[in-house]
Amino acid sequence: MIPFAYEAARSERDAIAAALAGGRYIAGGTTLIDLMREEVERPERLVDINALPLRSITAGPDGLVLGALARMAEVAAHPAVLAAQPLIAEALLEGASPQLRNMASIGGNLLQRVRCPYFRTLDAACNKRLPGSGCAAINGINHGHAIFGTSEHCVATHPSDLAVALVALDAVLLVQGSGGEREFPVEALFRLPGDTPHLEHTLLPGELITAVRVPHGPHARHARYLKVRDRASYEFALVSVAAALDIRDGVIRGARLAAGGVATKPWRLRMVEAALIGRAVEDTAFRRAADLATDGAQPLSGNGFKVELLRRTVIRALEMAGEVP
Amino acid sequence: METDGGAAKWRRRRTLQGATGVAPLAAGGDTMAAPAATNPQEENAVMPNATVELTINGQMQRLEVDVRTSLLDLLREQLQLSGTKKGCNQGACGACTILVNGQRVDACLTLAVMHNGAQITTIEGLASGGTLHPLQAAFIEHDAFQCGYCTPGQILSGIACIAEGHAGSPEEIRAWMSGNICRCGAYPGIVAAITDAARGG
Repeated sequence: MIPFAYEAARSERDAIAAALAGGRYIAGGTTLIDLMREEVERPERLVDINALPLRSITAGPDGLVLGALARMAEVAAHPAVLAAQPLIAEALLEGASPQLRNMASIGGNLLQRVRCPYFRTLDAACNKRLPGSGCAAINGINHGHAIFGTSEHCVATHPSDLAVALVALDAVLLVQGSGGEREFPVEALFRLPGDTPHLEHTLLPGELITAVRVPHGPHARHARYLKVRDRASYEFALVSVAAALDIRDGVIRGARLAAGGVATKPWRLRMVEAALIGRAVEDTAFRRAADLATDGAQPLSGNGFKVELLRRTVIRALEMAGEVP
Repeated sequence: METDGGAAKWRRRRTLQGATGVAPLAAGGDTMAAPAATNPQEENAVMPNATVELTINGQMQRLEVDVRTSLLDLLREQLQLSGTKKGCNQGACGACTILVNGQRVDACLTLAVMHNGAQITTIEGLASGGTLHPLQAAFIEHDAFQCGYCTPGQILSGIACIAEGHAGSPEEIRAWMSGNICRCGAYPGIVAAITDAARGG
């Protein structure tokens, strides 16, 4: 591993100052240490933020608030999460392994790097790792790659399950920077690759994620996460769907859907949502709406199966959320 | 730059030196690390540039570490606690599973310097006197291994799986032990051993 300086931040202010001076935040470290060992990541200075008081999980009138340093396992098992937003617990438990869920933080989960094999192979072309070097995945092994939001420069999927659930739930990100606090939708954290795939998020220099707030809503009680993958557990998604329905008197009043494994960022399915409003909770409506999920898909040489798999996963996730057998 | 011959050479040299487990040089430690060396020659040295206090299997130790040292390498290379195994070294296999403050983690994906004050339990800390931990005994009883390389990680992970309350059925055990891979395929015995130990309380 390339040498680096290490310091443990004692306050948010210290942490932000260190990050502005070139430091890189480290929390659980499950992505960063792995990639530093491969020399894909080469920070000169690590700022350990684990001592900061950002680990609480609370439910209040504004919603459920998850501290950025809360671990995946803590959030998934927390009574307030299970009561207010069981979708979040379900999505978290579908990700990683028990060991990694004990280590990985909520903020780090959102900022995790892609799992494209060419990204972590130093002698392969990868615009995300080395801008201008090309994309080996476009004409390479790409069965796990994206069918939406791609560019000629990058086709890697965003790997987080949690992010898919948070985007579906209109969650809000709370960040602290040298200029103070600000908040914005979690969905706005992620960038499309375009011609700058090395820029993955919209945080300003030095900004620190402090929490995620998930607003309450009637859809929380009919919300499920379905993840389809090559093995039954401990694997990244080929396709995943978070579906949350506001159902009153057997009619869908509101719908929120997002997909993972298919796009370069967590992919909200707004056309599907619109097609469900006012429909009865039954399979015909689900099938009609699901047809819209694949509009505009651009499959690569090896991932054409994701188009039909997405359509079917949307239907099944809606059946689960609507409790339609 | 990545294919540059010189760079490749020093990267390989460093790898070899790391693998021999060179004893750390004596130097004053501090929790604030010294700035990184940038000269490739100096990068070869394992430099103790931080101090960390850990309670390992009940014994408090004050250790000088290079900040790059993973918890796994600290145990194996610096403390000769080689029961914890290095499989993939990238968090995919679970062979390095240990307990940190009672929770199972992959020791390869975390830096020792990040755990000041932590309680660490490894496979070496499970037996008391001449008596094996009940899960160790159950692994023997159920032939829950063949080559044995993944076994220390399986046992530490299994202890946590039981403590978390995730050993209620074979299906639940399989899902909650999925972070531990066994290339010999001893899974039926592993599930049986955990089931047995969970029943025994």
